[in-house]
Amino acid sequence: MKDKIAPGQVITVDGNEAAAYVAHKVNEVIAIYPITPASPMGEWSDAWAAANRKNIWGTVPSVIEMQSEAGAAGAVHGALQSGALTTTFTASQGLLLMLPNMFKIAGELTPAVIHIAARSLAAQALSIFGDHSDVMAARTTGFAMLSSNSVQEAMDFAAIAHAATLKARIPFLHFFDGFRTSHEIRKIRALPESVLREMIDDQLVIEHRQRALTPDNPFIRGTAQNPDVYFQARETVNQFYNACPEVVQESMDQLARLTGRQYHLFDYYGAANADRVIVLMGSGAETVQETVAALQQSGEKVGLLKVRLYRPFAIDHFIKALPKTVQKIAVMDRTKEPGSVGEPLYSDVVSALQESPGRFKQAPRVVGGRYGLSSKEFTPGMIKAIFDELNKEQPKNHFTIGINDDVTHTSLSYDADFSTESPDTFRGLFYGLGADGTVSANKNAIKIIGENTDFYAQGYFVYDSKKSGSVTTSHLRFGKSPIHSSYLINKANFVACHQFIFLEKYDMLAAAEPGATFLLNAPYPPEDIWEKLPRKVQEQIVEKQLKLYVIDAYKLARESNMGRRINTIMQTCFFAISGILPREDAIGEIKNAIRKTYGKKGEALVQQNFAAVDHAIANLHEVDYPKEANSSIELPPVVSEEAPDFVKSVLGKMLAGKGDELPVSALPVDGTYPCATSQWEKRNISQEIPVWDEDVCIQCGKCALVCPHGVIRIKAYEEKMLADAPATFKSVNVRGKGWPEDTRYTVQVAPEDCTGCTLCVEVCPARNKEQTGLKALNMADQPPLREPERENWDFFLKLPEYDRTQLKVNSVKGSQFLQPLFEFSGACAGCGETPYLKLVTQLFGDRMLVANATGCSSIYGGNLPTTPWTCNSAGQGPAWSNSLFEDNAEFGLGFRLTVDKHAEQATEYVQRLKGAVGEKLAGAILAADQSDEAGILEQRERVEQLKSKLAGNNTPEAKMLLSLADYLVKKSVWIIGGDGWAYDIGYGGLDHVIASGKNVNILVMDTEVYSNTGGQMSKATPLGAAAKFAAGGKPTAKKDLALMALNYGNVYVGRVAMGANDTHTVKTFLEAESYDGPSLIIAYSHCIAHGYNLAQGLNQQKLAVDSGHWPLFRFNPDLPEAGKSPFVLDSRGPKIPLADYIYNETRYKMLTKINPRRAKELLKMAEENIETRWKVYEKLSSLYQPNGKE
Amino acid sequence: MDLSTKYMGLTLKNPLVPSASPLSKDVDVVKRLEDAGASAIVMYSLFEEQIAHEANEIDHYLTTYNESYAEAMSYFPEPESFHNLHAEEYLEQIAALKKAVDIPVIASLNGVSPGGWMKFAREMELAGADGLELNIYYIPTDPQLSGTEVEQMYIDDLTTVKSSIKLPVAIKLSPYFSAFANMATRLDQAGADALVLFNRFYQPDVDLENLDVLPNLMLSTSYEIRLPLRWISILYGMVRPSLAATSGVHTAEDVIKLVMAGADVTMLASSLIKKGPEELINILESLQNWMETNEYESIDQMKGSMSYQAVAEPSALVRANYIKTLQCIR
Repeated sequence: MKDKIAPGQVITVDGNEAAAYVAHKVNEVIAIYPITPASPMGEWSDAWAAANRKNIWGTVPSVIEMQSEAGAAGAVHGALQSGALTTTFTASQGLLLMLPNMFKIAGELTPAVIHIAARSLAAQALSIFGDHSDVMAARTTGFAMLSSNSVQEAMDFAAIAHAATLKARIPFLHFFDGFRTSHEIRKIRALPESVLREMIDDQLVIEHRQRALTPDNPFIRGTAQNPDVYFQARETVNQFYNACPEVVQESMDQLARLTGRQYHLFDYYGAANADRVIVLMGSGAETVQETVAALQQSGEKVGLLKVRLYRPFAIDHFIKALPKTVQKIAVMDRTKEPGSVGEPLYSDVVSALQESPGRFKQAPRVVGGRYGLSSKEFTPGMIKAIFDELNKEQPKNHFTIGINDDVTHTSLSYDADFSTESPDTFRGLFYGLGADGTVSANKNAIKIIGENTDFYAQGYFVYDSKKSGSVTTSHLRFGKSPIHSSYLINKANFVACHQFIFLEKYDMLAAAEPGATFLLNAPYPPEDIWEKLPRKVQEQIVEKQLKLYVIDAYKLARESNMGRRINTIMQTCFFAISGILPREDAIGEIKNAIRKTYGKKGEALVQQNFAAVDHAIANLHEVDYPKEANSSIELPPVVSEEAPDFVKSVLGKMLAGKGDELPVSALPVDGTYPCATSQWEKRNISQEIPVWDEDVCIQCGKCALVCPHGVIRIKAYEEKMLADAPATFKSVNVRGKGWPEDTRYTVQVAPEDCTGCTLCVEVCPARNKEQTGLKALNMADQPPLREPERENWDFFLKLPEYDRTQLKVNSVKGSQFLQPLFEFSGACAGCGETPYLKLVTQLFGDRMLVANATGCSSIYGGNLPTTPWTCNSAGQGPAWSNSLFEDNAEFGLGFRLTVDKHAEQATEYVQRLKGAVGEKLAGAILAADQSDEAGILEQRERVEQLKSKLAGNNTPEAKMLLSLADYLVKKSVWIIGGDGWAYDIGYGGLDHVIASGKNVNILVMDTEVYSNTGGQMSKATPLGAAAKFAAGGKPTAKKDLALMALNYGNVYVGRVAMGANDTHTVKTFLEAESYDGPSLIIAYSHCIAHGYNLAQGLNQQKLAVDSGHWPLFRFNPDLPEAGKSPFVLDSRGPKIPLADYIYNETRYKMLTKINPRRAKELLKMAEENIETRWKVYEKLSSLYQPNGKE
Repeated sequence: MDLSTKYMGLTLKNPLVPSASPLSKDVDVVKRLEDAGASAIVMYSLFEEQIAHEANEIDHYLTTYNESYAEAMSYFPEPESFHNLHAEEYLEQIAALKKAVDIPVIASLNGVSPGGWMKFAREMELAGADGLELNIYYIPTDPQLSGTEVEQMYIDDLTTVKSSIKLPVAIKLSPYFSAFANMATRLDQAGADALVLFNRFYQPDVDLENLDVLPNLMLSTSYEIRLPLRWISILYGMVRPSLAATSGVHTAEDVIKLVMAGADVTMLASSLIKKGPEELINILESLQNWMETNEYESIDQMKGSMSYQAVAEPSALVRANYIKTLQCIR
């Protein structure tokens, strides 16, 4: 958004930007912390501050990123108390972390606004999507609550909130729906600075400052009070709450005078004589408005009451806003309060009516309903169903809408086909791949149409939760009438498929209206296209008489030197055939937009894109097609027939994009899901996969170690197992000593699970002697290999796992014969974290518990439909859970406490039940040495014997022992997460847990940035790297978490980088796990947020170590007992210039293209820092030498 | 004693010019070079292809993963503007050097497109460069491309630049032409103000341990002056442009030999990288001593005295040289 907005200017922005614009203009201090879907508000503020954008008083607000939302709230509280106008942005768990401060801020009558992109709370599962669970959890804080229903309101109400809080002295929560409003792009009328200037009263600002803490006028605030006065003091604020609604209405009226947009505390829409009214707040109100308008036209007496100011709840305004004729009211809550009389808004409405007798002809009957949890769709069909329900004599109360509750039968049924879409509105659906630029192209299209025509414009974007091969769906509406449709398009007059492979996977034409246009990007010429379409797609095209256009966008992109970015080409095609703008105008505007986007990055890029535009028009073809479908291509099943029932019937539905159809009864009651499910999701996202050349292979196992998705594996097995091998299955004699004769060796690739990252090819050290460009692994086209390699993979899986006790697991090769129990995750192609996770599961997976901090790893590890955490043939495997972001270390410690307590109790029972168990067996169990794989296996066998001995024993003690017997086998507790957790939000807990001395293993996968929320700076971000909130390069050094942990002396600490020294990584993991105390491993994890081709990830790891940025070391508190130094430096001092490492990565390099001088300064500082740190390490190393030995 | 020389229209106080190398990236180093006696400085090369590549790369990696995943619409802060995507740093360095030293500053450019040659040449002129050296680094691997076409490309590039700016233009060449004398004449006709002989290409090596090709640059040795020595002696008096000798200039003897062959200036890099800018003082001193001992009054007097036209037995500089060498071995 521009800094200076002209009066009446039209802009196209999303809700986050709209709210952040106002917040930035009217605050002095902004303290933030990233959380979806509110992160962009903080990011905008930071970006604007970095660009020197000033607020209405001509100063640039100070923006600071804190270590958590609790930290942000503390900083906000402090800044407010000392007199600054202060704001923050958050959502969901973040808001929960702010609650304690919010009570204080409100209790002290402090003007402030917190802007919320309202989001679900983590209950049975985390959800990043929108509902009101978070804000409703804050309704007792004393904050006023103001709800925006649309992007326009997000801007207007932000201004109203900031104006009103100063006058009312009550702090405000200004909230709008996460994603639906925060991320929806709309054409709106922007508020010029002059309006904000008018609305914010400087006298009130001065009064706020006069109430501030200052030694020039000292007082104390924040006392402790006793029973004598606390109660009375709490009641002192009533007058302010009583006055607040009128203050808000005054601000609303002032905005109306300045802009013409009039809002009220409660806004009624609909029939003046309505008998039925829906009451609600949030984006759903928009769809209700659209539906009420349609129903009124068909003569129904219905209405809608939009709640704007929810707290303080102004009963009188509420009653006045309702038509006197109303007989039945449905109050819709976008939250769930289990066990309550009703959800909050419902309860408030009931109370309000109860307190207002005689205001209606007849007291209206009120029912409450829940809708839209976690961005669940809320459509005109559902709204009509609610009005229909109200028509009934006894309308259902406490109902749900939008789901099928077949268990407690709360749900209303509805007509999914009921539509209120205007036939004049353009409704386009665009299916793209994350990386193909579809969404950015559509955002551009909205800007072009929104800002160059009189059309109203709306864009909403649906993303999937996979980080590789992710699908995006864009929903675009344009039209001459105002758009109130806050729901997805299910009747499209334009459908674009930007990826041909999607035709096999998604039923995208289901939403196409008869006669709609279908634009298809296909790698085939127009004359061949028909025969390449699956039969079902042909049938839909014929039946709906769609207009079919094709273009080979990838070919054109290649020819235009644009790689795989097809955004410009597809955008041009859309404009060329949609006819929204005259073709020539559209092309001109596209080119203007290209110049805006790419101009600052160079003329060459501009010209490339211009060429792509011109080529697109020339290569777009309309296709004539036969009158009947004639294809023999059938859609493949979503999951294999061999999958377990739950996978087929429940997870399979989600995979097919039909999870909305699942009834309540289909889902687990407590959030428990089976593991080992990612194996059924054959995504086929890579066009190329590695192929093993067994003659070149030196059998080092590195490929299997580094594969982020567990798709490349090695096995050793007896030759006779090959009897039934498929014809193309490859096998060679195993190399090395100690293997039984006739042992064979195979490297096998899972062809349908590979993401094509090529890390395995890069790491492969073996070269073909005849042609050195080839290695033992070489990439080849996947489609022809899919069938034979699928058969080979299935055969490979059936080969028995090698006896773990016979493997040298402390080597790379030895460890890679172990079965990974983490496979086919949704992580990015080439992910730097997952190889470590997979290794942990290979070494300890059959006996490990995992506490996983929220972040990338909790998403690729636990986001439905499937999970990569799996189990071995005995049914043993990692038990995984994610609690929260901030508490993960403590959560994992809880696991350890249970494991220890249960093991202790089991031991006590074994002692007590020696008679029943048998003296010898009991003795062996109690004296078991479980320090290695063999010892653990033997103990497992003893425990099995114990169980069979006690099987028929019905004594209470025997039953108790049986329930605890498995704890007699050593368990391995792992606490894992990223640097955002370990260095920032969870550091306090992590510190306490390592100080506890308990036997937990902490793995920090350090990407040096908040990866999951989009690259915000953490305290792990290195000096000189650019990140969000460090746009000019981080000026301070990376926190040395390893050194801090080492200071305890009793913590095993290891810093590893697999790409630099893989053997060291394996050894460190084994040592850390075997250490009977806390262990901390910090693992260098390359990441897409570093900005380079991740195929080079392992090379970059090596450079990180060689440059001294990432020294490898181990600190083992056990070693002094053996007369050795506990501190072992495992890498040498800096041996290459730091620049040779960092300038391969965009996070550093971009700075040389923005501010070269600053980049040089930071480089110098970083080099000095590395030198100094290395000296400290060397000194430490010598200090720890026993008896002064060097 | 007069050490001055004329090079591409510039009068220089002596024939010692540091050639294009990383030395010119540091203003302080260039000051030291001036203090040590350098008579001009050729800056490191600006590669148009690299600039375009970097702009593309930055755009690609800043945006590749954008709009793919609900929790992260992007992964990097998007700057409001870039400052160094179009070689601003290079142009600022020209200005900085011009401000810091009094000797002429010659910018060096490697273009790939007519537009690029033109744009950057103009910008270098505007930034204050005293001359421009075209560093045409080109390996013609395409079997469809004939020698004639490659030669024409050199001529076209030179013509493009000459028509865009008023500065004197030198062209740095590789020795790989079938008919070098003819090529030099054509460049002369196309308006070259100097020929710089020769470009030392990065020659690849093979890493036997990893079976990789290693591109690296070894520092030169005095032996390498022989190739420019031959061609300068042949071209001296044959073509109008100034002649610069580069490759292998390490000692005063090297300088003397090349000047005698006909070089207007001798360009140094390896010796200065190895021994530091102050090595120029030694070379200059030795040059003066030699001239004094051998009673030479000026560089001009010496210039071309051992050229093809001036020596008693010109054939020794060409084919006979080869035959003679072989005969000696027998």
